[in-house]
Formats: sequence, C-alpha cells, structure tokens
Amino acid sequence: MTDGLVFSESPRALYVHIPFCSSKCFYCDFNSYVTTEAVRKAYVESLLNELTMVHNEYFGVGARPQLQTIFFGGGTPTLLTIDEFERIAKRLGELFVQTTETEWTIEANPASMSLKKAQALLHMGVNRISFGAQTFNETLLQVIGRLHDAADVEESVRIAHDVGFHRVNLDLMLGLPGQTLDDVDESVTRALQLGISHLSAYGLKVEENTPFAKWQKEGFLHLPKEELEVAMYEFVQTRLRASGFEQYEISNFALPGEEARHNLHYWKNKPYLAVGAGAHGYVHGLRYENERSLVKYEERIAQKVRPIAEAHVVSAEEAMEDTMMLGLRLQSGVSREEFRQLHGKELDDVFGPLIKSLCERGWLLQDHQRVWIPAQYNEVANEIFALFVGYL
Amino acid sequence: MSEQSDIARVRNFSIIAHIDHGKSTLADRILEYTGALSAREMHEQVLDQMDLERERGITIKLQAVRLTYPADDGQVYTLNLIDTPGHVDFTYEVSRSLAACEGALLVVDAAQGIEAQTLANVYLALENNLEIIPVINKIDLPSADPERVRGEIERVIGLDASDAVLASAKAGIGVHEILEQIVSKIPAPTGDLQRPLKALIFDSHYDAYKGAIVYVRVVDGVIAPGVRMRMMATGAEYEVVEVGVFRPRMTAVDELRAGDVGYVAAAIKTVRDTRVGDTITNADYPASEPLPGYRRMNPMVFCGLYPVDSSDYPLLREALLRLELNDAALRYEPETSSALGFGFRCGFLGLLHMEIIQERLEREYGLTLITTAPSVVYHVYLTNHSMVEIDNPSLLPESNQIERIEEPYVKASIMTPKDFVGNVMELCQEKRGAFIDMQYLDETRVTLLYELPLTEIVYDFFDRLKSGTKGYASFDYELIGYRPSQLVKLDILLNGDVVDALSFIVHRDKAYQRGKLLCEKLKDLIPQQMFEVPIQAAIGNKVIARETIRAMRKNVLAKCYGGDITRKRKLLEKQKEGKKRMKQVGNVEVPQEAFMAVLKID
Repeated sequence: MTDGLVFSESPRALYVHIPFCSSKCFYCDFNSYVTTEAVRKAYVESLLNELTMVHNEYFGVGARPQLQTIFFGGGTPTLLTIDEFERIAKRLGELFVQTTETEWTIEANPASMSLKKAQALLHMGVNRISFGAQTFNETLLQVIGRLHDAADVEESVRIAHDVGFHRVNLDLMLGLPGQTLDDVDESVTRALQLGISHLSAYGLKVEENTPFAKWQKEGFLHLPKEELEVAMYEFVQTRLRASGFEQYEISNFALPGEEARHNLHYWKNKPYLAVGAGAHGYVHGLRYENERSLVKYEERIAQKVRPIAEAHVVSAEEAMEDTMMLGLRLQSGVSREEFRQLHGKELDDVFGPLIKSLCERGWLLQDHQRVWIPAQYNEVANEIFALFVGYL
Repeated sequence: MSEQSDIARVRNFSIIAHIDHGKSTLADRILEYTGALSAREMHEQVLDQMDLERERGITIKLQAVRLTYPADDGQVYTLNLIDTPGHVDFTYEVSRSLAACEGALLVVDAAQGIEAQTLANVYLALENNLEIIPVINKIDLPSADPERVRGEIERVIGLDASDAVLASAKAGIGVHEILEQIVSKIPAPTGDLQRPLKALIFDSHYDAYKGAIVYVRVVDGVIAPGVRMRMMATGAEYEVVEVGVFRPRMTAVDELRAGDVGYVAAAIKTVRDTRVGDTITNADYPASEPLPGYRRMNPMVFCGLYPVDSSDYPLLREALLRLELNDAALRYEPETSSALGFGFRCGFLGLLHMEIIQERLEREYGLTLITTAPSVVYHVYLTNHSMVEIDNPSLLPESNQIERIEEPYVKASIMTPKDFVGNVMELCQEKRGAFIDMQYLDETRVTLLYELPLTEIVYDFFDRLKSGTKGYASFDYELIGYRPSQLVKLDILLNGDVVDALSFIVHRDKAYQRGKLLCEKLKDLIPQQMFEVPIQAAIGNKVIARETIRAMRKNVLAKCYGGDITRKRKLLEKQKEGKKRMKQVGNVEVPQEAFMAVLKID
C-alpha cells in the first residue's frame, strides 16, 4: 500500500456533463445529442438526483464539503434555460460549499449566449466562461459544421465582459481542412483584440465515427500537412507569448494567474467527481464512466443506482504512470514534492533510470524540484508519455 | 495377427507432383478409398498435418501412412504411402522418402503438363531405381489435354505413358486403377526376415511422453518391443518400448518386419542420437554394414535469426534444437550482432525453407524474430593465399586483404510457354545469367538453360519469374560450383553508425543502384523518430547513397476529453504495442521488415 494521498484524498473538483447541442459539428465525437425540450427537462431531473447520490456516497448525507472547481462541459451547456440552471445551482448550493475562491466554468457556444443568460449565470456564481470559437474564418466555420459566425463570437465575448465576467477563454482549432497560416494569424489577432484572459489551441484530431472520419476515408478531407500544422502551433505560441500570455500546458495559454484550475486537477492526477451521461470521474482510485445513452442513464437513476457503465480500479503503479503521463503535459512538469505527496515515494526511486536516460537524450529536463519536457518536444510529447505508460 | 503382412503383399510408394497438381487431394482419395479413414472422418488433406502446410497448400514434412487394400486378384495388400514435399527446397526430404520406397506415382496436371520441379524429383526417383506410375490428374478440367501431356511424359522423361492413369482426384476418378497399378507394377520389397535387423530412419518427431519417435523402413530382419536396438552411426543403444504403423494415426503393432514402414519408440531422450539416415540394428545380432543412408544436404542460403526480445534467446535455441531433430538440412550456430544482440546464423536449403522455419518458430514457439537478409556462402581468397568461407556479409575481411571473391553459381532450367521467352531471357540477363541452351518441349513450351549466380536467385528471382510469365513458368536449379566475381560489401549506416545486420555483398556494377534503392526503401520502412535520422549506403569509407528520415514533428493529444484519462492511456498503450516488433538499434527504432528490405528493392 502506498502512503500517498492518491487514493485517499477527497475530490474537490466537479465535472457536470450537459449532452445537448443545436447541431453536431463534423469533427465532434463527444457525447451529445440534438433533441427536444422535454428530453432536456427529464435529463436535468436525473442530473439533480445523481448529484445527490454522488454526494451522499462520497461525503455522507448532510455533509457540505467545499469545492475548489466546478466545470459544466458538453455538449453545449448554455442550451439549458435559466430556470434549469437555477435548479442545478440550488442543488449544488445545498450539497456543497462554494466560496468566492471556487472556480466555476461553463462552456458556451457563441450563438447560444444571451445577455439575460449571462447575467443569470454570473448571479448563480459562475465566474469563468469558455467559448468554442474554433476559428474566425467564416468559410472554415462552415466547413467544420459550426452554426455561429465570427461576429457571434465577438458579440458573445463582449456580452460576457459587459455583464462582469473577467475570466473568458476562447478555444481555437489548428489543422482544419483548408486552413492556412494566415487564417490562424487572423483568428489569433481577433481573439486577442477581445481582451480574453485564457486561450486553448487544439490540433484537430479526426475521431472515429464522425463525418470527418468518413470523409477522410473517402478521400474528401484535405488536412494541412504536418509541417504546416506545426508551423500554426508555433505561430500561436510566439504570438501569445508576445501578448503577455504564458503557455502552461501543451494546448493552453493564460495571462499570469488565469490558468484553468479545473483542468489542472486532471493534469496533476487529482481526484474529481463527475455527473451526467458519459461523464468520467476519478474518486478514491476508481476511474468510472457513466452510461452514454440518455435512456440508460435515466433508467439507472430512476432505479436509484449510480449510472456507471464502466469502472476501473487504478493500481499504485498505474497511478504513478498516470502522474507522469499527465503531469508532463504541463510546462512546469512533475513536481518531485507533489509526486511524493501523491504516492509516498521519491520520483527517482520509481522512474530514476527512465528519467536519466531521457535526460541524456535531451527529451526531459530536471532540477531538484521537478522534471519537465523541453518546449521543442511539446508536439511529440506522446512519444515520451508512452515510455512511462506500462513502464512499471 | 492380421497386421503382419507377407512381404510379397507389401507395396511401398510415394507421390511425386508439382505444387497444385493435386497430390494431397489424391492422397486423401486413396486414404478414403482404402477405408483408412471414413469419408466422414476425412477432413481435407489429412497428410498435410501442419497448419502451415494446409495454409500454404504445400507439404513440408514428409508423412507416412499404412493402408490395407483388397485387390482385384483377391489378395489383400498392405500399401505404405510416404508423402513427399514438392518444392525444390525440399529435395533432401524427397530423397529420404524415395529411399524408403520401391515405386512412385508421378502426378501431372492434365492442363499444365510437366513442371521443372517435378522433373527433378522424377530423376531422383529414377536414380533410386523406383518403378514410376504416371497419373494424369485433373482430366475433368475444361482445359485438360491428357493426350498432349501423355506425349510430353514420353518425350521429356522417356517413360512409357501408354498405361498412364487418367484421373481426377477431386472427382474420385481413376483411384481404383491407380491402386491396381500400384499392386501390379510396383515390386514387393526385397528383404530377408532371417538376416540381422537393418532399418533405415527416414524421419522422426519428438513426443513429450514417449521421447523421440523414429520413422523407419525395415529392410532386413524384424524389430519388436524388448529388442535391444543400436543406432549404427552414433552407437547409442536403447530397448524398444513400442513399434507401430500409421493408419494414419499412430497404432501400435507386435512387430515390424522386413518391407514394413512404421515407427519405433524407445524412450529416447537424447534427440541427437536419432540421426535421420542412420541404420537401426539389433545390438545382440547386429548387421555388419549399415544401409547407404543419405547424403547430408548442404545449406545454400544463410541468414541471422534474432529474437526481438533478447530474453527469448534461450527459447530460440531450444526451438532450433527441436526443429533440427527432423530437419537435417537446417544448420545453426550462435552469432552476435552489434545491432541485434545474441542470435543464430542459420543455414537453409533455399528461401522457402527459410521462410517456413521462421514461421514455424514464430507460430509453434511464440517467438517474435528478426531475420536478416539471406546470404549465400562466398569463398574469399586472401592475399596471404588462404581461403575463408563467408556466410555473413558483415564478416567480410577488409578489401586490402582480399585477393578475390568467388560466389556460387547454379545451372537453372526454366520451363515456360514460348510467348514469355523474351521476358525470361531479359530477367536472366539482368540477373547476370549466362545463356546455355534452349529446347522446345513441344510447339508451345520451351526449356531455357542458364548459368546464374545463386545470390541472384535468392533475391526475388522466383517472384519476378512468376510475374513475367503470368505464373506459367517453373524452374529448378542445381549448384555447379564457384566462380570469381567483382563483389563488394555494401554497408548501411543509420544515424552515422554501421548496422552490421544490414550489410550485404553485391556485384560492383549493381552496388550504386542497390544502395540507392535500399536507402529509399529503408526511409519508407523506418518510422519517423524524435530526431532526424540519416541513412547512408557505403562501400568502405565511401558513401554512395543517402536519404534522411525527417524528425517526427507531431504526435500529441491536445484534448483532455472531459477528464477521460483512460482513453488517453489506451491510445498511448496502443502506440506502444505497435513498437513491440521493433528493435532498438542505437537510438533508432527499426521495424522487423527493414532487415529484409534488401530483398524487396528490385
């Protein structure tokens, strides 16, 4: 048994999945459905029940533990009505303590954000909004199946700022079909003009069972060459650094102090609760995945059973590998002290020979505090992660 | 007991046929007809017992089976069928089975006619004084032309084919007549029950419970449980525990007598004692002279076999020891490669033999292997007037110590429809062949005779021949000796270091082109690494070709999938799985296929 906290620490982060969209984007394989108001209402009821179940199971009836982060992801969470949001917020307030320190993020589609909704969210305690802008090029937006246009993004961010949200993130995608370096330049420039505090830049990955995968197989999807995609990524890095942003993770950039704390929970291999159809949680060494299908999810909840579809008990070795695989995504890398706290072991006693050989090749750097991947290997980091997976 | 047969009513025979001419199907029909297996028990091609044989539709290891046949003359005969491999690589096995027989069925496809390899085996049978019964098979095919094939057998081989059986093994036509001709034409074995025991070992296999089991043809005398037997070559003695016959499953009998074919088990633990070709005698009443035995075949093609996982080395050694037990043509000795670690240099009769051994090692012993490019044996004459035999290119001495190098040559006979003569001649020319002769078999078919360097045959000759003749050509070759050639060693450097396992010996005139093509091929085969990898081909210190594998630019998962860590992990595990069949050479991950790339560059 390990003396570390990895399996004993109580979760302080909560993920809530809202699996609804106005339409499916062509690259997306997340769990989301285009459906009716009635279905959405029923889902919210089940979600409230699951919140209570999860709370009671891990903390006990009547307890009111404090949450550090809450993240509403999707899907498109902003498709919920103000009334539905308030019901969820009320339940959260009954079960958990949220302070002004609690980071509460909501993912939003630019076209689904009204002034009224923004005001209501701020009032409920939401303090961070993440917009899926993806690109500011109108043609590209259509190519990937987004319903909004570039002006919607600008309008939504303006509303968020006007209402009083100080923390706004934009997602941008790189490597879209037909995308050029100029498009990326324009998107980054327009994003920065909006005065955001955080930006995520993701490379497109063609996932199975998406329209993109089908088109790729049929030869209709013309993606930029690897070299160009790398150039896009490097362009974003340079431009954001020049604008005062720090890159703190492979795909994430923030003004100082504006990092997404919820995602840091993942990268630091900390536990997190998750509710909603298809949501993934990690509590007391158990990774669980909820039923993806709305019908099954609601059935299980009606039977007063946790809607877990798959669960996996993480071994001490696997947990240590995970800490590396996830932590090395951060520019600050894996902290020796945090590794010791999590696993009750010295990092070098566990991975010493591997770290040494990787340092000799220049693929890792280390000092007395931490181990990290040098910036030039960010884009091939999987090669390094893979050496840790299955090492023990 | 009824198993004991009068020697006058025993017939020992084998079947000679080209691949695809229907030998296995015919053997099955004979088994079925004689009731060795009921039709229900039959599953296709019983004699080809190895999975590999059934998949490839060829016979590799010979098998024996004993049949009972009540002939039209009212007598009951015992027929021993000894199966033979058809491919040129396995001539050695063929000679083993022929030595245990008095006759052979020559099966020829009624549409395709005689093929080069069939011819080679027929000559082998004639040398062994076997009675040959021609069978023209597949007469029910629309393209069958039995009369033309009958004429061909008479003209090309010089056999009387007037009685040739017209058969279709698939449709069961002609099986009765084949059996009747076996009984009437093939002589009964000659042998004397009263003389001291002489039994020829023609095969063996290892049984976990009974030890090594030897397959024998008894020539003189009797062998039975309790007999103290002696292997005449090794001198090892054992008490016989069990004797039996193949029906086709192993079935114990009281004794095996002169003329019989069967097996002997004697709790033989040391597999090396059971040398195929050796003679078994009775230790208490020994024969004075052993039987002639076999000429040991010399391997012609050598390659290095290395486990991808170096901890599998002992398993590989054990597996080779087991395979060598009944494959006398297989040679191996330990070798070390700076690129690949510990492994074995193995000698084979030909490329097919090599592929089959490699596949058996992987399948039957669960090994993952790297095979280096095959090499022939070169005779290297040094300036100090000594000669060394080199079967591993990386061991070729420095060029300033070499006076000359000689390489093995073969005489190849290639049969082809005359429309493709041009293609075949072009191929032989390109392969440094010297034209000897051309003979017309009939108006449409031609035999071409060429002298070729063996190494050129090893390198994709067969595939090119097949594609240049739409699959119609067949060929056979025999070693005719060594000749001096302008040969050089080509080294491949990965990331600046010579990879010894990739070195090969090539004719000077072809070195530049081969080097260039191999660099290109390796560039395709070796995946991108995290750094740039130069690939160079060099003769001595002179680099003659260069390619560069660009550094990998992108392999990273950006999304965090809403906390789905399991998915991330699975993707990484999958990526890792793909690397299992790669060997780390220096800092470079090199896939298995790269070591064979030199074979695939023409």
